[in-house]
Amino acid sequence: MPDVSKVGSDRGQTGRAGPFHSRRVRRALSGAAAAGLLSSVLAACGSDEGGVPTLTWYTNPDSGGQAEIAARCTDDAGGQYRIETAVLPREAGAQREQLIRRLAANDSSIDIMSLDPIFIPEFAEAEFLAPIPEDVAGRVTEDVVDSAIEGSTWDDELVAVPFWANTQLLWYRESVAEAAGLDMSEPVTWDEIVEAAQAQNVQVGVQGIRAEALTVWFNALIESAGGSIIEENSTDPSEIELGLTSEAGIRAAEVMRMIATSGTAGPALSTANEDSTATAFESPEGGFNVNYPFIYPRALAAAEAGTMDASVPEDYGWAIYPRVDADTPAAPPYGGINLGVGAFSEHPDLAYAATECITSTENQAYYFVTNGNPASDTTVYEDPEVLEQFPMAPTIRESLELAAPRPQTPYYSEVTGGIQRVYHPPSSVEPSETPEAATELINAVLRKEQLL
Amino acid sequence: MSTTTLPPTEKTQPVSAPDATTSDRAKSERKLGWLLAGPALAVMLLVTAYPIAQAVYDSLFDFRLTDPDNRSFTGLSNYGVILSDWLWWRSLLVTGFITLVTVAVELVLGFALAMVMAKALSTIRPVLRAAILIPYAVITVVSAFAWQFAFDIQTGFVNSWFGWVPGIGEDTDWFGGTWTSLLVICLAEIWKTTPFISLLLLAGLAQVPEVLQEAAKVDGASWWQRMRKVTLPNMKAAIMVALLFRTLDAFRVFDSIFIMTGGANATESVSFLAYRQTISRLEIGLGSAVSVLLFLAVVFIAMSFIKGFKVDLSQSRGEG
Repeated sequence: MPDVSKVGSDRGQTGRAGPFHSRRVRRALSGAAAAGLLSSVLAACGSDEGGVPTLTWYTNPDSGGQAEIAARCTDDAGGQYRIETAVLPREAGAQREQLIRRLAANDSSIDIMSLDPIFIPEFAEAEFLAPIPEDVAGRVTEDVVDSAIEGSTWDDELVAVPFWANTQLLWYRESVAEAAGLDMSEPVTWDEIVEAAQAQNVQVGVQGIRAEALTVWFNALIESAGGSIIEENSTDPSEIELGLTSEAGIRAAEVMRMIATSGTAGPALSTANEDSTATAFESPEGGFNVNYPFIYPRALAAAEAGTMDASVPEDYGWAIYPRVDADTPAAPPYGGINLGVGAFSEHPDLAYAATECITSTENQAYYFVTNGNPASDTTVYEDPEVLEQFPMAPTIRESLELAAPRPQTPYYSEVTGGIQRVYHPPSSVEPSETPEAATELINAVLRKEQLL
Repeated sequence: MSTTTLPPTEKTQPVSAPDATTSDRAKSERKLGWLLAGPALAVMLLVTAYPIAQAVYDSLFDFRLTDPDNRSFTGLSNYGVILSDWLWWRSLLVTGFITLVTVAVELVLGFALAMVMAKALSTIRPVLRAAILIPYAVITVVSAFAWQFAFDIQTGFVNSWFGWVPGIGEDTDWFGGTWTSLLVICLAEIWKTTPFISLLLLAGLAQVPEVLQEAAKVDGASWWQRMRKVTLPNMKAAIMVALLFRTLDAFRVFDSIFIMTGGANATESVSFLAYRQTISRLEIGLGSAVSVLLFLAVVFIAMSFIKGFKVDLSQSRGEG
């Protein structure tokens, strides 16, 4: 028989004599701790300092531009509101996961959100976005590129405020294009750049990683071929009709396979993302790269820091995204960030007033110049400072006018997840089989009959 | 030479199983036992039993987080979808493979490290233990990033350092294929959790009675004979507990896969599958069903260890 008197001290921590042996002292201390915790939680919930409402803006990570814009708009508001920023995770998918889980719990602390356009239909359909007042909708779409308005629209209604609009350009080394005899002032096709890269023994940088970047690339190919991933849209997932097996869908698969098996896509195509292709483009093997404009300031900064020869960024050239077929204009990728106002916000009117300030022409120009994120407001592209810093700004603007958004559906995660699963690795794509297999998978996933 | 262990000490009757002639003292002991264990039990029920029950309940519904109004009861159909999907079985195979490889390698390495720690001079023993424990103190995500950077085709050093090994060159894309990806994932897991297993085995080594070792020495047993006939049999309980804990842990592998491949090249584990259905697709019903199946697999592993190998958890705590 164990000795009862020893049980407490031998086996567990509970009976051990500590500094707080008096039960009353312990109770008082835990009560104080609970009260302290509670009051700090309450303070965090509604910190309207001195009666000025505080708006919380959930931002995607950047180089500090959104925080600075928040500070500027707080000053401009003249005591009407204060904007505080809270930074979301780096990956767009992770940003969505965090916001959606909080909104599903009716989180009123979410006033303004920086949203990737691909997720806007899902947020709108779930009624997580506060309706935009009509006068605001009119003002925030003035002089804005069409692709950004399209990306902020769901069910023929503007549901988010266009902020900045991104697009991919075809970046090339001028020396390579010259040696290959490519006339880059004219539109080029994928076939032409792959041929030139083979002849010059350089790489064509494309994003073949199993991630959103792969869908971005594939969507640009199918849209450039005149098709769409989703041909018939619907809010009922079982009625969505995919266009992967259309002529354009098969053509897109052919181009993807051609590039992946041409020997010019580099040794790590199946893990290549925007950053790794930018790095490869900076190397002596760099020839062509479809990528966002960030790669230009990145190269300039590296040259300035002395980690890269200054002749490298000088050799950078840019053009509109490659065409799939010579006689059809390219449909470059569209990305960026639009602003949504949380449906459970306590101050939706102030939040919409704040979005107008955030997306003002001056702030968009500031954001473009300092953080390298292109504006959705077309008048920014006439700003001399922007033109000086980004000589490719007119090409970006032209690309934005041509750009095609990725499929707009509340079931975007299923669609992109299915495409990533079947079209990865790009070298395994078979134009006669892959589109069919992807269609079957995505339809089954949308009907909830298969895992993803 | 036969296996040498000390005769088992006489076991006392557990207080939780009183017979018909329970004395007052036993009753009060039992009451005290419940009083002492009660708060912990209540907390355990709150933080583990409740979420498990909630997951089982949710798994019977077609429920999307963004569409709570259309939630509908579908019975066991979520389980039907999962069990008829090749992806589930493939993930199960991958998870089983990672578990088997990492636990086997860790057991051997962990045992070697435990021997080193046990035999080391007492002056360097604390430093040695700390050094061996460092990988275990590193956050899994951080260790996964470190291993990913090491093997990355652009930033990694592995390709240039090991270029002399046949099959490895400047252009080796470790995360481009299933087996190479799994190799790096397993290496990262082994590096990180071997210290855990070695610490448990060190505790087991310390339990081997020195008298038996000396007796075997006197009898002229070699080092290898002493290891097989004295050391190992006497620390069987510790080995089994270490194996059980690590197997359960390894079966839930997630972080390294999430960071290194994101599930590409058929490297998804069962946990990853649950994450993708629940968190990415927001299909709470389907995802809960995957989690429940994962839970059942873990329970099955634990039960087969305890019943099959007769692991006595109380022994590792120095009871009985």
